[in-house]
Amino acid sequence: MGVDRRQFLKLAGIAGALGLGGSVGFQLLKPGSLDAAERMPTPYQMVFPKSQGNSEVMPNPKALKGRRWGMVIDMRKLTEEKARAAIQACNYYHNVPDIPGKQTIKWIWLTGYVNAFPEVENPFADPEIKNARFIAMCNHCDNPPCVRVCPTKATFQREDGIVMMDMHRCIGCRFCMAGCPYGSRSFNFRDPRPFIKKEYPLYPTRTKGVVEKCTFCSERLAVGKLPYCAEASGGAMVFGDVDDAGSELRRLLRSRYSIRRKPNLGTHPQVYYLV
Amino acid sequence: MKLYNGPQIIVGLVIFLAIFTYPFWSGAGKAAPVPKPQPVPKSVATQCVADTAYMRTSHMTLLNHWRDEVVRDGDRLYESANGKTFNMSLSNTCFQCHTSKVKFCDQCHNYLAVAPFCWDCHLVPKEKK
Ligand code: SF4
Ligand code: SF4
Repeated sequence: MGVDRRQFLKLAGIAGALGLGGSVGFQLLKPGSLDAAERMPTPYQMVFPKSQGNSEVMPNPKALKGRRWGMVIDMRKLTEEKARAAIQACNYYHNVPDIPGKQTIKWIWLTGYVNAFPEVENPFADPEIKNARFIAMCNHCDNPPCVRVCPTKATFQREDGIVMMDMHRCIGCRFCMAGCPYGSRSFNFRDPRPFIKKEYPLYPTRTKGVVEKCTFCSERLAVGKLPYCAEASGGAMVFGDVDDAGSELRRLLRSRYSIRRKPNLGTHPQVYYLV
Repeated sequence: MKLYNGPQIIVGLVIFLAIFTYPFWSGAGKAAPVPKPQPVPKSVATQCVADTAYMRTSHMTLLNHWRDEVVRDGDRLYESANGKTFNMSLSNTCFQCHTSKVKFCDQCHNYLAVAPFCWDCHLVPKEKK
């Protein structure tokens, strides 16, 4: 054994006396041990470490890479027809069930100005804005409350900003639904399958007891394609990298005035509406 | 010692034991049929993502690993031991060759009485009659 009990107590005492808690004390006792523990290997990696000449996992080289994904919705271009096309594409390709009433499941939907932007409600606003139907979806907030309240890390934020869900981990507690100020999340009160008119076989459905929402089409980005809604919207919805000043998205944001939903809550929504 | 209502009790006990032990003696000496998962025709594919022995014992470990990599890290390509690259997806890869859940997956799962809930979400190909 490298450190016996006496030495341990001494070192711990010294570390404590120096006010070195946590990792520093650890480094003193067993240098280097923390670096290795930085990322927990999956059970599979523990059984078959890559160093044993095992198969490798990698991203698709064609995948779209962004530092911070976002969406711009051009309200001048967004006709009701285009919006419906976008919603329909999302619903079909993600097997979103069509359940009427309170148990409805929505990833992307149409809503009124007052509902989308309650704090800028203004009775004398330009009627074109006031009466417009806005597209609402998950804002993939930069500071997402849904992630913070999830007790199982089923909802998490990817490095590129996408707020993802791991359905395998969702326990259906619905904390995220209470946390999300935008109503972007829906709970499966019942088996959704009977409510899917036409199944898209290449994407999973959900099961009773999990929460679901828009994923910014992470499965599409992974193969180098744009989100379904952006593709179907005929240019009214532009997906891009918010962190890239040269992106089309940023050019649009410079060119016109844009608003976001409930910015005062500090969630930093990444869906922008050009008005 | 006297057993009141002796005959009825004995008959009742015999009937009870007969019913209770029915599963044991009715199946005695018979083995459940050995599962025969339908192999993928050579014309469709000659090789799986790993060799058969590994897949037979550890496909669940592999699939769990794939799930974590895809959902949590967004890494979606898998280079198998023989250098071929696969999209890590149950629906988009596995089911493209194994087109019948009944004739493939269920064979062993039923035999071993395991009920994975993959299919609660992941759609399986429609069974051909
Ligand atoms: S809109 Fe709601 S669900 Fe989406 S990231 Fe923000 S808080 Fe989470
Ligand atoms: S980004 Fe994808 S998942 Fe999100 S609303 Fe659009 S189509 Fe649906």
